[in-house]
Amino acid sequence: MKCTVCRGPAVIDVRRHNANFCAEHFAKHCREQVGRAIHQFDMVHPGERVLVAVSGGKDSLALWDILLDLGYHADGFYIGLGIGEYSDESGSYARAFAERRGATLVEADLPGDFGFDVPTGSLAARRAPCSACGLSKRHLFDRAAIDGGYDVVATGHNLDDEAAVLFGNVLRWSTDYLGRQHPVLPEGHGFPRKVKPLVRLGEREMAAYCVIRGIDYIVEECPMAAGNRHLGYKEVLNEVEAQSPGTKNAFYFGFLERASHLFTPEAEAEQLELRPCERCGAPTPNDVCAFCMLVERAARR
Amino acid sequence: MAAVKVTLRNPRREVDIAGPIRVHALVERLDLNRESVLVIRNDELVPGDVELVDDDEVEIRPVISGGST
Repeated sequence: MKCTVCRGPAVIDVRRHNANFCAEHFAKHCREQVGRAIHQFDMVHPGERVLVAVSGGKDSLALWDILLDLGYHADGFYIGLGIGEYSDESGSYARAFAERRGATLVEADLPGDFGFDVPTGSLAARRAPCSACGLSKRHLFDRAAIDGGYDVVATGHNLDDEAAVLFGNVLRWSTDYLGRQHPVLPEGHGFPRKVKPLVRLGEREMAAYCVIRGIDYIVEECPMAAGNRHLGYKEVLNEVEAQSPGTKNAFYFGFLERASHLFTPEAEAEQLELRPCERCGAPTPNDVCAFCMLVERAARR
Repeated sequence: MAAVKVTLRNPRREVDIAGPIRVHALVERLDLNRESVLVIRNDELVPGDVELVDDDEVEIRPVISGGST
């Protein structure tokens, strides 16, 4: 197998592009795809400060690495979620990367700062663990960005993540979520801008990028995520992709080009109903935001 | 016993597969989807057309992760 660019020995095939790459040209391909996504969706402007949501996994560390290589002012933000050894290990990968790149890592700790961990919080709120985790992370990312004076929060959602979420939202016709599924959510109504620069790259490409760049990341799956719906959707989509390369890309970008706009009015109407949480000031449709309710319920246990 | 030593993850386990065998065939033999894994030898990616021989040690690393979005 030869590199499509230089005809040297290839180390990976990317079937949806009908291309093979050597290590050097694969890393270049990944940087180019991130650059194209940032440009295509107007994600980050010159001179802006970016806060990268870092989990210690492949996607967020690869994203941070690429943004730094592209010359962006990108700091990392890691949240200790209190998921036993998994959190200890993922935090150590995030810190090791920051040290190696000489980058700034800002940290928060759910148990230390708010008195509960994800397993406790999910039981207290009667939410699925991934729901309590996602709610906490979104709240703390927003807060860290606003408090730290960052212009934009960048997350490591890749093409597989977005295609799987879209698949789930379409299966259930969750029109409110469909209206918010875009690579850029603009700032406003108390939220920082949020961007997903990896939407043009697949999950396999991100893992390969980390191997090629020598980036150590947590390979083990989060123990709380086992059996969740999105993992199942990804498996289904990969079965289709193996038979018909490019399907995930066509599904997601076809939605953005042809259907996304049909659902945005509903999402925009929801934004107009937001007001500051009476406890923390975060935007919420209720008197008290979902995160403050989670903290309160966890404290009662 | 001479064989290709294969380490799988999530959960971590090891299996021996008789060589020689190409990487694509190995992935198929283990009933895995090529879109969902990488094959790594000595910290380097091994493309699908490479033939593995007995005593090669490879890791098959899953690439799917997912949780909250």
